[in-house]
Amino acid sequence: MSGRDLPSFDNDSRAVHQPLPHDSAHKHVTGEAVYTDDIPEPRNLLHAYVRLSDVAHARITRMDVSASRRAPGVAAVMTAADLPASNDVGPVFAGDQVFADDTINYWGQALFAVAAESPDAAWEAASLAEVDYQELEPVLTIDQALETESMVLASRTLDRGDPDAALTAASHRLDGEFAIGGQDHFYLEGQVAMAVPQEDGDMLVYSSTQHPSEVQHLVAGVLGIADHGVVVETRRMGGGFGGKETQPAHIAAVAAVLAQRTGRPVKLRLDRDDDMVMTGKRHDFKVRYDVGFDDDGRIQGVDFMLASRCGISADLSGAVNDRAMYHADNAYYLPNVRIVSHRCYTNTVSNTAFRGFGGPQGMMAIEYVMDEIARHLGLDAHEVRRRNLYGTDDRNETPYGQVVEDNILPQLYDELDASSDYAARRRAVDAFNREGGTLRKGLAVTPVKFGISFTTTHLNQAGALVLVYTDGSIQLNHGGTEMGQGLYVKVAQIVAEEFGVDLERVRITATTTGKVPNTSATAASSGSDLNGAAAQNAARTIKARLTRFVHEHWNVPEDSVHFRDGQVLADDLTLCSFPELCKQAHLARIQLSEAGFYATPKIHVDKDTLKGRPFYYFAYGIACAEVLVDSLTGEYRVLRTDILHDCGRSLNPAVDMGQVEGGFVQGMGWLTTEELSWTDKGRLTTHAPSTYKIPAASDMPVDFRVRLLESGYNQEKAVRRSKAVGEPPLMLAMCVYHALKDAVNSVAPPRTRVRLDAPATPERVLLAMEAARRLHTGAAAAEALEEVDE
Amino acid sequence: MSEPVRFLLGFEEREVHDADPNMTVLQWLRTRAHQPGTKEGCAEGDCGACTVVLAEPDDDGRLRYRAVNACILFLPAVHGKQLIAVEHLREDDGTLHPAQQAMVDCHGSQCGFCTPGFVMSLFALFHNEDRPDRQRIQDVLAGNLCRCTGYRPIIDAAQRMYELGRGDRFASAETDTARRLDALRGDGTLAVSGSGRAYYAPRTVDALADLLADLPDATIVAGGTDVGLWVTKQHRRLETLVATGEVAEMKTIVEGPEVIDIGGAATHSDAMDVLGRHYPDFGELLRRFASVQIRNSGTLGGNIANASPIGDSMPVLITLDTELVLRRGREQRTLPMDQFFLDYRRTALQPGEFVERIRVPVASGDWQLRCYKLSKRFDQDISAVCAAFNLRLADGVVQDIRIGFGGMAAVPVRARQTEEVLRGQPWSDDTVAAAERALEAEFSPLTDMRASAGYRMLSARNLLRKCYLETTNSSAPTRVLEHEEALV
Ligand SMILES: Cc1cc2nc3c(=O)[nH]c(=O)nc-3n(C[C@H](O)[C@H](O)[C@H](O)COP(=O)(O)OP(=O)(O)OC[C@H]3O[C@@H](n4cnc5c(N)ncnc54)[C@H](O)[C@@H]3O)c2cc1C
Ligand code: FES
Ligand code: FES
Repeated sequence: MSGRDLPSFDNDSRAVHQPLPHDSAHKHVTGEAVYTDDIPEPRNLLHAYVRLSDVAHARITRMDVSASRRAPGVAAVMTAADLPASNDVGPVFAGDQVFADDTINYWGQALFAVAAESPDAAWEAASLAEVDYQELEPVLTIDQALETESMVLASRTLDRGDPDAALTAASHRLDGEFAIGGQDHFYLEGQVAMAVPQEDGDMLVYSSTQHPSEVQHLVAGVLGIADHGVVVETRRMGGGFGGKETQPAHIAAVAAVLAQRTGRPVKLRLDRDDDMVMTGKRHDFKVRYDVGFDDDGRIQGVDFMLASRCGISADLSGAVNDRAMYHADNAYYLPNVRIVSHRCYTNTVSNTAFRGFGGPQGMMAIEYVMDEIARHLGLDAHEVRRRNLYGTDDRNETPYGQVVEDNILPQLYDELDASSDYAARRRAVDAFNREGGTLRKGLAVTPVKFGISFTTTHLNQAGALVLVYTDGSIQLNHGGTEMGQGLYVKVAQIVAEEFGVDLERVRITATTTGKVPNTSATAASSGSDLNGAAAQNAARTIKARLTRFVHEHWNVPEDSVHFRDGQVLADDLTLCSFPELCKQAHLARIQLSEAGFYATPKIHVDKDTLKGRPFYYFAYGIACAEVLVDSLTGEYRVLRTDILHDCGRSLNPAVDMGQVEGGFVQGMGWLTTEELSWTDKGRLTTHAPSTYKIPAASDMPVDFRVRLLESGYNQEKAVRRSKAVGEPPLMLAMCVYHALKDAVNSVAPPRTRVRLDAPATPERVLLAMEAARRLHTGAAAAEALEEVDE
Repeated sequence: MSEPVRFLLGFEEREVHDADPNMTVLQWLRTRAHQPGTKEGCAEGDCGACTVVLAEPDDDGRLRYRAVNACILFLPAVHGKQLIAVEHLREDDGTLHPAQQAMVDCHGSQCGFCTPGFVMSLFALFHNEDRPDRQRIQDVLAGNLCRCTGYRPIIDAAQRMYELGRGDRFASAETDTARRLDALRGDGTLAVSGSGRAYYAPRTVDALADLLADLPDATIVAGGTDVGLWVTKQHRRLETLVATGEVAEMKTIVEGPEVIDIGGAATHSDAMDVLGRHYPDFGELLRRFASVQIRNSGTLGGNIANASPIGDSMPVLITLDTELVLRRGREQRTLPMDQFFLDYRRTALQPGEFVERIRVPVASGDWQLRCYKLSKRFDQDISAVCAAFNLRLADGVVQDIRIGFGGMAAVPVRARQTEEVLRGQPWSDDTVAAAERALEAEFSPLTDMRASAGYRMLSARNLLRKCYLETTNSSAPTRVLEHEEALV
């Protein structure tokens, strides 16, 4: 039972489509769930500490670690020079060093590591080393990078039609720029790995990672051994959100190389400050736009410049920025469009994957433009958005050439307009603001259309291993990792449903590179689509063998055989129990295990033009937010949020509801209070929860109404017609930002625009309101200024 | 002559010998007791993943359950108490505690890393209150961060747990537990040493005064919500610690006709009820002071003695003409609080001297107090600006006014020049405008990660204006927090 009504998405199924609890829920609440740092420690365990640079850009002139080596309890100290093989843990391109060799490129870069008998001893020892630098001029901001053309990857352009001509011809034209801040993942469990040496120089690594295969490969490279010598195991993470896609390789490599050197197990767990300083975040962006539109606010042409701060290496920045470009249309038809993407090199930590993976920033660009158009024309932004939506039969081709075939946005708009009572509330909000009080309100609706599939096509594959034992119990393993998103339970539900057994009969085991090899990261919302399908394929293969056996053994037609409620039936006739069948089949020498595989069909992309069909399908959602703002302080509350989200035929409505609500609140944090702050020397000053403010319980909307689209159905044959749900809901939070912008505009003269950067902290909201107020007196002020000048 | 730290771990009696007084309860639980259910998310009291509950008998011999942050609590602080962690909640037959079962039922965990901490906050709530409303639940959970769920299912669980029964094994064993704790506690000063460091917890003010006179360089630790972080975040080692937490006399709060007399070791949780009753706006500010866990450990005395320029209680207390009773050995002196702060983090305290009592005058009829705390996040955040206006109006004229600011200077301060501009003037738009200009002249705040100098200045001026609006035209809503429910 739960505190709210959750629909079942299939009344006939037993396991799948049902709102079942997370498989580890009992273990979470009792403290029995084992996270990497909770694994019983081997007796001779060493603890590692990594010393970080305290300058953004410098040449290392001297690094003397002898005092660290001599310190009590120290077993090993390793610098770049001490590494046996590779010094690089870059995932796609090289560039992410384990330890800085001669140059420091960002504040917080790893210089060397110590392994000692206790975490304290390791820290003390690390602090004793002497490091001298010769400082170099750093590039820190996007503006500096754009000015000096400092890029980590080549800039890219995606275009369609003739944007220049469309802009010139348009009856209205606006341009402007704004900035979107980054975001720290703030997974509650920090980065951690424990490496345990094995026979033959092999290494077993427990890592809190979304990508065991990559950790395996990169650790092998750093150790100088073959991939087969490294096993990486991940039972669960205390949150990932993209922050444990590429970042854990570095942590694991440090632990492993120290373990190799000492022959003893080594654990490296970053404390919160080091974690936040040392690891990459969501890319911050600078957006410039030039847009032409008609009297109704319909876009005729738009020219975007999206520049992101990538930091010191490519990491995943190529794909992140590609996805930003792919989502700069969000839900809208852009007949003539140019999107230029700059991937800036800066002397800051290398930014990385974060839920949405560039999509949110791309969408923010077009949503900002929608709002600006509406302000300029004196229209309700809600109306302008609706007018620009993709059509179903025409106006349905994306800038990259993929046709939007499954557009349900008009339906979502209609349903949300009605359930949120938008029109009446719009009038009420405007009336409230006309009273001119200290408190102001804002209201906004924003849609989400999010492309599902890795845009790097080859990553869209997965493997699973299904083992059926002779007692009818089933062990399930796949390449996907569990970070709280409920992947394990969803895939288990699929498998249980195939065999017609209770969920309890399916045991989910830790993800390990020793069982399913060469997996992709659990990312891009693809976890259940890919791993669920791979596991389903494996289960179906076993089931087909069993069915054939039943047919032969009991002499019933194959197509009459089915498995339900732990029984094997031929039509309505019960033949035996599932365990009995497994025993019989085994005696008849039928193979009861299978490795399943799945590759997403239909997708392809031209690497040069970015055109093609990068996405198998789209996930949709829509949200409406109303905010209350204090015009004297900039403080605000979200009064109400209505969400309608499409999960297709949800595999588990309880889990999906959690993804929608949690994603929304996380997105809200990104756009409101989560502000990353750096000094002008490049030091991050918000590296702990005391200064970096993710939403707390009271930040949740006062009235929070969330619905999964009950008629949801994936038109593509994704597993059981479900839709991916990991990332898309994060972007629903754009409505909160736009509601704040709406409230800011309530103090501005009609048909004026006020810049509001994200995150819209109380400070930014107040300063924007001040700017808005000044617009009333703008003319007068300009005159006054002139007088002063004379 | 080191004594063991003696306490109940769940229901099991523990004696820890030679404990390093700098070791935190969290470290001990995870690495010594091998009970890793309690998590570390930040080691600075901000995320709540480490929340445990301490139970100890109150004056009537009933147990009081307080959620605290194990990550910044030194182990000796649990002496004589019952330390309850997530592993201890289940009944013997394995049945989940209502707080646990409700979290399962409501899908309150995703990655589960925050969950033990939430369960413990809910467990304390379960014991302390019956069916609180949603706002109160959010308050109680302000010190627990969850990055996955968006909180809604957890708030559901906080309501649901009351439907799953009202008792548990802790309630049934209460009398027995209280008796066992009494036996463990012992009397006299607790003296613990380990790793060459010492920790003393005296039981009387005199013993405290004598100890500090003997050990003038010792670090006084009250709740440790500042001091704990010196160890966990700054890697400092504190060689000698003298705790105020066991001094019963210093935890009392006496409401006299003219003065609320608060002991220097009274926790925020205890003080805020009384202060909030006398000064509702101060109560609201204290409600937003840190979190339940921090307020359960942290003290008003510690807040004052720590002398942070962004401490929240001081701007208010100085506008109330609060006096501090300072004690050194056998000597006592009384100091108006605004003379206590000398410079950035420097106070009038002499070596060996401590804050014995805090004397807050009772509200007098014609004074009005308005307090404001501005921060990026509403709950559990440090102020960018904290402001307090205490004023007396008659016939539309400012008879007297005292203004206190935090976040605007190196110490919590009175805005004396601005006060001067207002005093004796009609409480009008023009006067406020003049006072705003005076504020600009009086302060030059800093820019840091919490706010820019420009925002601090502008919002400080606007807060004065807000105070003006609220004291002249009280009907129009001016605060988003108070009106959110009404305006939905
Ligand atoms: C997560 C978190 C949130 C916080 N939020 C806030 C907030 O919102 N607002 C705010 O103002 N503060 C906040 N703080 C800071 C802290 O909680 C307060 O300053 C608290 O009041 C300190 O009290 P304490 O008893 O824990 O002091 P301790 O840490 O024990 O001591 C603090 C200082 O005071 C000295 N001291 C303590 N008692 C005495 C005494 N009786 N005589 C002389 N010296 C003494 C100590 O030696 C030390 O120098 C927060 C801290 C944390 C960790
Ligand atoms: S670990 Fe975060 S509050 Fe203790
Ligand atoms: S469930 Fe992951 S942080 Fe709360």
